[in-house]
Amino acid sequence: MAKKSKERQDPADGADVLSLAPRILELLEGVQQLELENFSMEIGDLDLFIPSQQYSLPGLSPTRTPTLQQKPMELVRESYHPHTASYVGHIREVTLGATKADGGSRARTVTIGGSTAPAYADILIPPVHPPALSLDVFDMPITLPRVLREHVADVLDDPAEWARMNVKKFGADIITIHLMSTDPLIKDTSPRQAARTVEEILQAVDVPVIVGGCGDPKKDASVFTEVAAMAAGERLLLNSVTLDMAEAKTLGTVAAAARDNGHLLLAFTGLELNNAKELNRRLYEYIPPEQIVMDLTTVALGYGLEYSFTIHERARYAALMGDTELAHPVISAATNAWAAREAWMAMSPEYGSRELRGPVWETLNAITLLLAGVDLFMMMHPAAVLTLKDIIHRLGSRGAVAASPAHDWVGARIS
Amino acid sequence: MTVMTTSSMPRKKGIREISPIDVYKLLPKTNCQECHESNCMAFATKLVNGELVLTDCPPLFTGEYQDARDALLHLLAPPVRAVTFGSGAQQCTIGGKHVLQRHEFTYHNPTAIAIDVDDLMPEEELRARINRIGQFTYNYIGRNLSLNAVAIRSISGDPSAFGRAAKAVAGSTGLPIILCSTDPVVIRAGLAETRDRRPLLYAATEKNWKEMADLALAFHVPLVVRTNGDLSLLRTLIRTLNSCGLADLVLDPGTLAEDGLFETIHAFTAIRTAACRDFDELFGHPLLGVPLAVWTGGEISMDVLKWREAVTASMLLSRYADILIMHSLDGWVLLPQLIWRFNLYTDPRKPVSVESGIRIFGKPDKNSPVLITTNYALTFFTVESDIKAANLDCFLLVVDSGGLSVESAVAGRYFSADSIVTALKDMQAETLVNHRILIIPGLAARLSGETEEATGWKILVGPKDSSGLPQYLKEHWPPRSDTA
Repeated sequence: MAKKSKERQDPADGADVLSLAPRILELLEGVQQLELENFSMEIGDLDLFIPSQQYSLPGLSPTRTPTLQQKPMELVRESYHPHTASYVGHIREVTLGATKADGGSRARTVTIGGSTAPAYADILIPPVHPPALSLDVFDMPITLPRVLREHVADVLDDPAEWARMNVKKFGADIITIHLMSTDPLIKDTSPRQAARTVEEILQAVDVPVIVGGCGDPKKDASVFTEVAAMAAGERLLLNSVTLDMAEAKTLGTVAAAARDNGHLLLAFTGLELNNAKELNRRLYEYIPPEQIVMDLTTVALGYGLEYSFTIHERARYAALMGDTELAHPVISAATNAWAAREAWMAMSPEYGSRELRGPVWETLNAITLLLAGVDLFMMMHPAAVLTLKDIIHRLGSRGAVAASPAHDWVGARIS
Repeated sequence: MTVMTTSSMPRKKGIREISPIDVYKLLPKTNCQECHESNCMAFATKLVNGELVLTDCPPLFTGEYQDARDALLHLLAPPVRAVTFGSGAQQCTIGGKHVLQRHEFTYHNPTAIAIDVDDLMPEEELRARINRIGQFTYNYIGRNLSLNAVAIRSISGDPSAFGRAAKAVAGSTGLPIILCSTDPVVIRAGLAETRDRRPLLYAATEKNWKEMADLALAFHVPLVVRTNGDLSLLRTLIRTLNSCGLADLVLDPGTLAEDGLFETIHAFTAIRTAACRDFDELFGHPLLGVPLAVWTGGEISMDVLKWREAVTASMLLSRYADILIMHSLDGWVLLPQLIWRFNLYTDPRKPVSVESGIRIFGKPDKNSPVLITTNYALTFFTVESDIKAANLDCFLLVVDSGGLSVESAVAGRYFSADSIVTALKDMQAETLVNHRILIIPGLAARLSGETEEATGWKILVGPKDSSGLPQYLKEHWPPRSDTA
C-alpha cells in the first residue's frame, strides 16, 4: 500500500507556476485510507471475450538477414525529416459564452476546435485552441463517492456557491449546471424554476456555462426552451440534444430556441458515427454548424473506454479527411469514469485505496481521450482537473516548460 | 527517405491493402485442408483478416514451398518488427504492429510492462520484490491481468554486483529479464548469468554501440537503442547496428516525463507514424517507454511521483509504446494500466455483445428470482461475476440491446418495455417460474411503470450496480406476499 509521505518539500523550481505537484499532494493528503474490507472478485472461467493476441500473427518476420560482410567501424549516418501529413478538412471553431459586447454578460469566452491535424500528432502543428475544462455543479444534492463529496460537501445544496468555488478554487474554464431535479422521476422541477437556477449560476460566475438536462426528451425540450429565452445572448451550450428528441418531435423546438437566442447545442449520440452524422444533418436545418458541439459518448476505463477512444479517433480522422458532418469540436464527460467500480469500490489492499484509485481513474479517462482529440472535458475531482490542465499546458507547445537535462534513470537511486 | 532495402521485393503493402487473392496466389493451391479450412481461398481470407496465421498451413513449411513461404512472410510482415525476449512459457513478444490506429486493423502483442530491481538491493529485498512482481494480478472479466518482465538496473556500476543481482533474479523468476546499464562490461557480467534466458539488453548508445553490438551478436539477444530525443542520431544508430548484423532492435527515443513530455509524445508518434504510414524500415521496430524516469525528479513526495508515473505510463500506452519500464508496484498505479492495455489490444472489429438468452446460475427452482439485463459484453460479465461471487440461484434474461450498456440502451430505446415484452415471450420466461416478478436494473428504473403495464409482470427495481444484488435479494427475496 502507498505510504503517505509526511514530509513535503517545495519543488526546486518555484517560479514554475504550473508545477502542480504540491497542490496535488495536498489534495491527495487530505484523504484517509480506510478500506480494509477483504474484497475480492472471483470470476469463473469465461472464454467469450477473446483478446486479439489469441490469433495474432506471431513473431514471424521474413528473414531480413542483414548482410554480414564487414562490421562498420564508424556510425553510418542517417538523417530524419519529420513526416508532415496535410489534411483537406479542419474542425470548426465554436465559442462558448458571450461578453457584453456580444450580447451576453460573461467576462471571458472560451473557443474550442479549429484543429487542422490529429491531436498531438505533428510536432509542427500544435493545438489551435487548448482543450478546455468544465466543472460540474448539480441543482440538487446528489450521491457522490466520498472522495468526490469531501471537496464539495459544503456547497452541495448551493449551486451558485458550488459554481463560484469551481471557478475560484479549482480553476474551471467553464461551469456545467446539471438540472437533474427536472427529471420527472426525481423532482420534476418546472422549466421556470430550472431557468431561475441557471440565472443564479450566470450571476455567480462570469465564465461560460453549459446547461445539462435530465435525459427525458420532452422535459429537456421544455426546460431548454425556457432557459434559452431567459438567458438570450449568453451563448450557453445546451447539453444535450438527441435523436430521441427527433423521435419525440421536440428537436426542432429546441434547435430553433437555441438559434433565436444565440446558444449552442451539444449533439449527443451513443458511440455510433452514422447517428452522429444524422443528428447533425437534422440540426443543420435549424442552426449554423458553428453552434454545434458533439458528444460521442464517454465510457469509463474498464467499461469500454476503448470504444470511446476509437470512435473519437475515427471521427477526427474522418473530419480531417473531409467529412464536414463530423467536423465539430467534441466534448467528453470524464466524470463518467466514476461509473467504473474500480474507481469507487473498496478492494483488497494490493490495489491501493479508492481515495487514490478514483481520482487517477478520472484523470486517465480524460487524458486518454485528450490524445484522441477531445476539445472540452467535463470533470469533478480537483486532482484530475489540475493534472489535466498541467498536461494540456505541457503538450500545448514545444518549450512550454523549460526542458531540464535528461536524467540517467538507469543508475538513479530510487527509494 | 529510404523505405525499402530489399529491391527484389514489391512495394510493401499495408495489411488492409492485401487482398485474399494476393495471398492465394502464393499458397500451395492444393486445397489439402490441413488448415481445417475447406480450401486455400478460405484460408487466404482468414489469413488477411488475422484470424489464422501462416503456420496454420503446414505444407508451406516444407522445402517444396520455401520461395512462396518467404514471399508470403514478406507480404504479411508487420511494418513494426516483432521482437521476442525471455524464454519458456513467459517469453515476451513485443511490436509486430500492422497499423497506427487500432481501428485500421487491430493491435497485436500487448505492451509488456516491466518492473525494475537494482543491484544494490539486499538479496532478501530483491527476492521479495521479484515475488511481488510475479504475484501482482487482477481478474478482469475473467482474465488474469499481470506484469511481464523484470528490469535489472546497475546502480553500483560494479560488474560483479550486477552479475550477482542477475543471478538472483534468474534464480527466482521465470519472467523475461532486461539488463540495464550503458557499460558493456557490466552488461557482460549480467549476460553471463542469464545467457539461457535471452534477456533484452539496455542499451546501445552513441558511445558504446560497438561493444554492445558485439555482445548482442555473441549472445544472440535483442538490443535496445537509446538516444535522448535526437531522432537523426537514433536512425544513424539503427542503420549502423543493422549493418553489424543486428535485426532485433528495440527503440528508446528517450522518455522525458515531465518537462519533456511534449518531445516524448511527439517522438513516439513520429516514429510509429513513419513505420506504419511510410513503411520506414529503420523506425519499424518496437518502442520502449520509461515511466520510471519520473522518479529521477526525486524532490517531491512518493505519492506525487507515483501519480506522475501513472499518467506517463497511460499516455505512452495510448501512444504506441510496445514495452514500458516502471518502478511503482502500487495497485492504484498499475491497475488502470493493466486494464487499459487489455482494452486497447482487444479487436475493435469484434462485436461488443454477448448472445441474448436465458442464463441459469446455481440451482434455481420455480420460486427463484428472474433478473434482466442487456447484452453489452462488459455489462453481462460484470453482472455474471457478481451473481457467481455471491452464489445466487437465479435466472438472468439477457436482452439484445444491440450491445449497449443498460444506461445507453434505456436512453436509446433499445432496452424498453417493448423489448422486455419480446424477451419474456421469446425466452418463455413464464415456464421458468411460478411467480410473475421481474427484477430490472436500477439504471432502467424509468421503465418500470410501462413495463408492468405491457408485460403484466410485477416489476421490481434492482440496484444500480450489480454488486448490490446479494444485499438487494436478501432484503427483497422472497417477495412479501402482497407483491407476489
